[in-house]
Amino acid sequence: MTTAHPIHESYSGLKPIRGGTVSMDSIIKHYGSFTAVDGVSLSVGRGEFVALLGPSGSGKTTLLMMIAGFEQPDSGAVCIDGVDVSRMPAHRRDVGMVFQKYALFPHMTILDNVAFPLRMRGVPAGERRLKALDALQIVGLEGMEKRLPAQLSGGQQQRVALARAIVYRPPVLLMDEPLGALDKKLRERMQIEIKHLQESLGVTVIYVTHDQEEALTMADRIAVMNRGRLEQVGTPAELYERPANPFVAGFIGETNLLDGELVAAAGQEWELRLAGGAVVRGTPAAAARHGAAVGARVRLAVRPERIELAPATPGGTGAMVAATVADVIYAGPTLIYLLRADGLPEMTVRVPVQSDAMKPARGEAVSLTWDPANALVY
Amino acid sequence: MTASFKRLAATLWKPDGRRFPAPLSLLLVGPLVIGLCVAFILPVGRLLAVSVWNPDFTLAEFVHIAESPLYLRILGRTLLLGITVTALTLVLAYPVAFLMTRLSGWRLAVATACVLVPLWTSVLVRSYAWIIILQRNGLLNSVLMGLGLTDAPLPLLYNELSVTIAMTHVLLPYMILPIWAALRTIPRDLPLAAQSLGANAFRVFFLVVLPLSLPGVASGVLMVFILSLGFYVTPALVGGPETLMVATLIGQQTTELLNWPFAGALAALLLGITLLLVTVFNRFLGLDKKAAS
Amino acid sequence: MTSHAHSAPAATAAARRHTLSKQFGDALLKGVCALIFLFLLLPTLVVIPTSFSDTQYLAFPPAHWSLRWYVAYFQDPEWIGATLFSLKVAGLTTVAAMTFGTMGALALVRGRVPLKGAVRAVVLAPMIVPHIVIAVAMYMVYMKWNLLGSLTGFVLAHTVVCLPFVVITVSAGLQKMDPSLEMAAASLGASRLRAFRHVTLPLLGPSFATAAAFAFITSLDEAVISYFLSSSTEKTLTRKMFEDIDFDLSPTIAVVSTLIIVMSVLLMGAIEGLRARAARRVKA
Repeated sequence: MTTAHPIHESYSGLKPIRGGTVSMDSIIKHYGSFTAVDGVSLSVGRGEFVALLGPSGSGKTTLLMMIAGFEQPDSGAVCIDGVDVSRMPAHRRDVGMVFQKYALFPHMTILDNVAFPLRMRGVPAGERRLKALDALQIVGLEGMEKRLPAQLSGGQQQRVALARAIVYRPPVLLMDEPLGALDKKLRERMQIEIKHLQESLGVTVIYVTHDQEEALTMADRIAVMNRGRLEQVGTPAELYERPANPFVAGFIGETNLLDGELVAAAGQEWELRLAGGAVVRGTPAAAARHGAAVGARVRLAVRPERIELAPATPGGTGAMVAATVADVIYAGPTLIYLLRADGLPEMTVRVPVQSDAMKPARGEAVSLTWDPANALVY
Repeated sequence: MTASFKRLAATLWKPDGRRFPAPLSLLLVGPLVIGLCVAFILPVGRLLAVSVWNPDFTLAEFVHIAESPLYLRILGRTLLLGITVTALTLVLAYPVAFLMTRLSGWRLAVATACVLVPLWTSVLVRSYAWIIILQRNGLLNSVLMGLGLTDAPLPLLYNELSVTIAMTHVLLPYMILPIWAALRTIPRDLPLAAQSLGANAFRVFFLVVLPLSLPGVASGVLMVFILSLGFYVTPALVGGPETLMVATLIGQQTTELLNWPFAGALAALLLGITLLLVTVFNRFLGLDKKAAS
Repeated sequence: MTSHAHSAPAATAAARRHTLSKQFGDALLKGVCALIFLFLLLPTLVVIPTSFSDTQYLAFPPAHWSLRWYVAYFQDPEWIGATLFSLKVAGLTTVAAMTFGTMGALALVRGRVPLKGAVRAVVLAPMIVPHIVIAVAMYMVYMKWNLLGSLTGFVLAHTVVCLPFVVITVSAGLQKMDPSLEMAAASLGASRLRAFRHVTLPLLGPSFATAAAFAFITSLDEAVISYFLSSSTEKTLTRKMFEDIDFDLSPTIAVVSTLIIVMSVLLMGAIEGLRARAARRVKA
């Protein structure tokens, strides 16, 4: 286990960094016939923490590599602090980068690793030692400077990589799934520590991850990528409450996606008939508002915790979906209900264990309702 | 650094892209290729050429070999010895390689040293050692006579027996190492899984371990057989007149008779067999790779 | 673990039988392997004592011990001359093979080389072509070029033979290296050249040492090509040994053999130690 102190105890003395801006403009990158990045535009403000979130192969790492300078866009431009760096080699871009497997130089001591960027910048030996020791103190690794990377635990190596990436005070810090190799507990602690460090330094961070919880925990804004395209950019709350499309709805948190046909499309609440025949109401998503006509095929997205269970009403009112409880799973704070309804895929509903809500048993017939404001129509 | 040097470096060493650009690559690999062409490809090519251009195109040398019972016998003997030595090394190497996968720590270090020390000892040294061991009043004969197994010293040296023993010894590490490498890559839990599924030790070995080690066996067999075909030093030193091999024959034709066309034809034959084996082997392994993916 | 439906005593008996047969199998394997290891080491074990023999003829074990053959070796100008010549050839060969082999490996692994397959085939060919063929071919051509018995001729020939080892070893080192290390160096401000100098080269150290040791010993041990390229005045140690084993069989050869064995073992031991240290260092 790590013997390091938490980062936030000792970083108070660190002088803030003036974070840089990063903007990407219509970036396209092909590998042969495969389009890795397909017309992405994204602006990151000073001191902002932006997570690039997406499944593997979505183009998020390729995008990061182009900001770092290890790949070049086929078209489009990357600007850092307003300067077009698209053709600038990686070592002149002055961005910090933390790699997935840390990429510590195995033949150098911890101190030499952290002092490496200062050495490349011609900082005199004495000064770079002091600065490197300072950075190691910030990440809580004082006293470790003479060891070799292999003598440190994974969490400690992660901290060294972090110290090495901030010691020369780069305006922009890129992180490529930096916590992927750590176990869950340590990962959650590091998420908070990195977030605190970023806030107190004021450095701009672009953080690649495939873990939506990590993105929700750390980022000011999340850019969701899929198949080389940017699906949605927004704050964690925006993405969770108002996902722009079913992909985002499914990728950020859980969601029930139900197919149906539009019955009435007027005002703030639309009516639709689900595959099973029930007619329900929902709020049109921003993208769906234009051009949807009555009779069109649509999809409804409802989060599991936004569905209420009610006793089955014989005959039904039409505004409710009749279903049967297929299974109940005890998941600590919540009960997870797996429900079957005619013509619809299996649905999930979460009910807090400590609530007055209805808690039916397996095999019981129930009806499902929701506040139309919490159901999005696409 | 002067400005012109910097410019030169910039053109050769394009700072982006993860591979060296073509000009720098060519500059790096050029001396190597040119050197090998002059010092290696050219001589071998010339030797092969004289076997068929004398001065016009002719296959007379090859016909000469094919029609001579003596040369055919030498060729057959070389192949037979190669097969014998390959089989012997395989039989001796497999248990050793298998045992080595189970060793660790100092035991493994000692076992590895036992395999590597002979490999790093000159063929001449080893041939000399076998002379000491196998000669009339040598170690082996003293032991045999001491045990009362024989009354008079046995003729162990300067015959096919001594050549076979010495060559097996020289080539054994070349068989052990690839088999060991193949056995080491078998995940430890595969035999365990087979065992938990109900296979006894023999079945685990024959159904799981052995098939997975076959690529190593194949490359060991290829390496040992090819090397044995071209053996020169050992047969020359521990063999006798009746153990003349193709390599020794090629040597005689050049140093003693200066018969380049004939030596070239023998060399072409030896090289042809070698390349054929390598090609067949590559095909075989290539197919294996496809099946695995 | 598997559960058995047998009654308890039967299961115990079966288990004992199983354990016994397993122990017997293990003992048999170990015994057979011990004999094979003895076979592998026997020549070395025989040669070293022979070098300390006191007699003119070859006897094992020697009746009396002495250093007279060591004295004889160091006082014989022909032996010493051949030894020094071989060391000179091996040293120059190592330098040449390392230089061109490393350059080639860099280009083949990291560069854009046209006809890469053909280039690789040419580089690796000396490993596949039987040495007797190389030897006779070089003998024929070098004779015309007046390179027989010359330092240039030997270094050229041995470099050809050593190059595949160097290219393979250095290429393997380059390929095994985590590419994110060089990327990390670049992101931290190191130009390509500086990343190469500070990160790539030091990490290739063990590969270089192995390749160099391979090349040196291969050149020193090379017998067939050296036999053909030697002249009556300029000969390598291997040629001199060949001649003496063929005609003379004096214990001086045991002395030379012992010295070669000791040197090879020390060199390879040092390399193994270096590699083990590097492996420990990289193991995260």
